[in-house]
Amino acid sequence: MSLTLEALTEQYFDVLKEIGNIGAGNATTALATMLNCKVDMKVPQVKMMEFKDVGSLIGGEETELAAAYLGVEGDITGSILFLVKKDIAYHLVSKVMFGMQSDDFGEMEQSAFKEISNIVTGSYLNALSMMTNMTIYPSTPDLAIDMAGAILSVPAIEFGIVGDKILLIQSQIADDIDIDGFFIMVPSVESYEKILKALGVLGS
Amino acid sequence: MEIKVGMADLNVCASPDSIITLGLGSCVGAVLYDPVSKICGMVHVMLPDSSAIANNSNVAKFADTGIEELLRQVLARGAKRERLVAKIAGGAQMFSVSSNSPMLRVGERNVEAVKSKLKELNIRLIAEDTGKNYGRTVVFFPETGEYLIRAIGKEPTTI
Repeated sequence: MSLTLEALTEQYFDVLKEIGNIGAGNATTALATMLNCKVDMKVPQVKMMEFKDVGSLIGGEETELAAAYLGVEGDITGSILFLVKKDIAYHLVSKVMFGMQSDDFGEMEQSAFKEISNIVTGSYLNALSMMTNMTIYPSTPDLAIDMAGAILSVPAIEFGIVGDKILLIQSQIADDIDIDGFFIMVPSVESYEKILKALGVLGS
Repeated sequence: MEIKVGMADLNVCASPDSIITLGLGSCVGAVLYDPVSKICGMVHVMLPDSSAIANNSNVAKFADTGIEELLRQVLARGAKRERLVAKIAGGAQMFSVSSNSPMLRVGERNVEAVKSKLKELNIRLIAEDTGKNYGRTVVFFPETGEYLIRAIGKEPTTI
């Protein structure tokens, strides 16, 4: 059968939401451990959005974001994007670099941000892997620091093959500042079915 | 007034208004323009080919159907077919290819698809700012025919 995002029933959406919750929870814990701080975590938000509304959620199409794009490999394929606003990225990077202040994304900062992205997306995918009993792992991250609209065009295009909406997972933690992190996971069309079958939602 | 074009969207515009799309990444912002009547239109295409996709009801999403629909709408607004010229921008590759996903090269394919559609429709492409690896906000002014391109950390340019 072929599956479109629009055709996902409430039930499927609940499953994806649950994956989002657990994945984002895992990722947040990993981030807190790495930053070595006590964090408050809010319930992750999982939203199915029209393309045109995605940019405004993150503060407008021209808001500067730092983004890491990773391929998803193993039993399922696809991609995962981890996004934060640029000033949040500086904050995170400065934390993992022991408070070294920086206002530029040089090689050191990029590599620190890649490491953060590896850990949070890795733990996100780990949650999915445990739930589905499938082998799922990320490829090495690619970075971009650019306008939200431009960065979001990448997952929007990938979702664009199956529909006109995008599934966005927002997780929020607070240490001394509020840290909003966004995940966008785009499973390939075949992978949706595999995930849902593995979870027993979709009969085989 | 500034008329906005969203992702997978299109709109027409006449002087003295201008038409804008924010944060183009791998998508392409294609403008058709009649310099005499000063009527123009812009489409923000996401994917190269509607025939490769099952769910293709939104014509503005694709280079082939998007350009056709844009042409229909600018002509309906009063532009003359034989005077139309085109300017295009966007089609960046936002992430490097190491992730090995063919989708990451979609910017390049979008640009190619837009160009081949323009050629097929016999509309002359007079300026472009495409490719590379950064996002662009683009504004077209039908009064002057100028296509303004803004990118983060770069001087604005006009093509």
